Amino acid sequence: MTKRFALGIFEDEDVLLHAVENIRGAGVKIYEVFTPFPIHGMDDALGIERSRLPIAAFFYGMTGLAFALWMQIYMLGFDWPMIIGGKPHIALPAFIPVSFELTVFFTCHGMVITFYTISKLYPRWKTPVLDVRSTDDKFVVAIELNENSDLNGLTKLLRENGASEVNEKEMTKN
Amino acid sequence: MATLTHHESATAEYLEVSPGTNRKFLMIIVAGVILLALGIIASIMGLGAEHHEATGAAHGAAAAHGGEHAGSPIWLKRVIVSLWHSNVFFVGISAIGTFFVALQYVAYAGWSVMIKRINEAMSAWLLPGAIIMLAVFLLGRHDLFHWTHDGIMTKGSANYDAIIAGKSGFLNLPFYLIRMVVFLGIWWFFSERLRKLSLAEDLNGGTEYFHKSINVAALFLVLYAVSSSMSAWDWVMSVDVHWFSTMFGWYVFASWWVSGIAMTTLTAIYLKQAGYLRFLNANHLHDLGKFMFGFSIFWTYVWFSQFMLIWYANLPEEAVYYNQRLGGFNGAYTWIFFFNLAINFVFPFLLMMTRDAKRQMIMLKIVSIAILIGHWSDFYLMFMPATMKGDNGFIIEIGIALIFLGSYLILFTKRLSQASLIPVHHPFLDESVHHTT
Repeated sequence: MTKRFALGIFEDEDVLLHAVENIRGAGVKIYEVFTPFPIHGMDDALGIERSRLPIAAFFYGMTGLAFALWMQIYMLGFDWPMIIGGKPHIALPAFIPVSFELTVFFTCHGMVITFYTISKLYPRWKTPVLDVRSTDDKFVVAIELNENSDLNGLTKLLRENGASEVNEKEMTKN
Repeated sequence: MATLTHHESATAEYLEVSPGTNRKFLMIIVAGVILLALGIIASIMGLGAEHHEATGAAHGAAAAHGGEHAGSPIWLKRVIVSLWHSNVFFVGISAIGTFFVALQYVAYAGWSVMIKRINEAMSAWLLPGAIIMLAVFLLGRHDLFHWTHDGIMTKGSANYDAIIAGKSGFLNLPFYLIRMVVFLGIWWFFSERLRKLSLAEDLNGGTEYFHKSINVAALFLVLYAVSSSMSAWDWVMSVDVHWFSTMFGWYVFASWWVSGIAMTTLTAIYLKQAGYLRFLNANHLHDLGKFMFGFSIFWTYVWFSQFMLIWYANLPEEAVYYNQRLGGFNGAYTWIFFFNLAINFVFPFLLMMTRDAKRQMIMLKIVSIAILIGHWSDFYLMFMPATMKGDNGFIIEIGIALIFLGSYLILFTKRLSQASLIPVHHPFLDESVHHTT
């Protein structure tokens, strides 16, 4: 699938941040912004919703806790009861460290796997780079074009908001 | 939000403590005095005497051990113990103010500049607290510390206790007093030093004061690490003189630290709601909320580390500590033991878990107040079983705590009003204004 983009190249993150606000204010949808480093306030300016990863993390944590408690209660209470240090078979204070560790274990592994999957960060995945300078010292605003797009209008809008150059680029996604 | 190009910078703001506010603080003190008087009357009239008899067995055991029962009447003993208890709590919070400032300097932290003056003002209680602490120790030490009894370390005396005598190298009157004066002196000196540098910076500007403060702060942190831990052994753990725990210094520090952060948060919110701290926003509160959440868990971690090892090993000389608190003295402390865990761990943990909760003033307020009450009762649980045995109560204790709270707030707000609430020439002030989380 081939997509066409108008790329506005910016030199300064302050200018960029205001440009993003103005462009969105003018009713133009921004495909993505590429920057060499994270910019405070950019997520809000782009209107990106907060990640729901913490909610997933909570459920992974609960799974880990439930698994840890089940495992210890079943193993030490029913499957192979042993008296350790004169304590009851099911001695909850002794189970807390393992429950804590498994809660953390499930949460972090679950989060990493979920994050990699939804971000498509798996081996052999090719990340399209629209302008290699966005990995060095330039800030790139990408606006997706379709047959109805007014390229001249977009160029003007980007220029007015401080873009030092505006390029058109085609990208084939596999 | 996009605040990067927002060129307005923070300017000096001066807090004015209205007579109405001061009257409120006085009312807290008056309420405390009334409760204290009621509590003393109730105690003298012998209300709760049946409680006393029920624990006679425990008393007998203690009496047989040293015959130390020539102590003060119960009501006076309760007054002395709770003076010590509340003072240790508030002196700890005061020192935490300076510790927080020092920590932020050493970490080159920018976000906290907005609330720095609150932390500086928190140490206003250090000097009066130190005087009260010395006075209570000198006048009432026999009711607080078993090891101060006459003859307890003299071989052949009727009171002789070999275990306590073995600790005489550390727990003796001169060395204890020297430590107390030195620790409080260090805390007070560095509080004043950091405060003076900060005020001079307000007047003269420049980065010289900032760099000097970092050096002072680093030195303070090293000294505080040692002195906070040792003061916890001295002032808190030595009431249970036969018992010891290597986690104790951390445990007390964790209690002070999270209470200090709660105090900071609460003050910041009150100031914000009174129209001060124009640039304080949800981002700063979010960070304070994270601190409260994180250090409530840290306190629980230390608490549990201490509890589990003692519970598992079950050595009599160690387990006696939890024996007294869980079911001992006819269960006088059992409910407060579980209440302590609920209010200091479960409550902040569940309420502060989401991002939204940490950014809302009302939630932070509820949790801060709960933490302050919770950690005051944590100290209650550290002091009372050892000193009051089964004769503990709440009316005198809460009365004295209110008197301390009112006095603390008067001195705290007075110091808060003596300088601009915003350290106008702090090099990181702009970073704090534009802080985003």
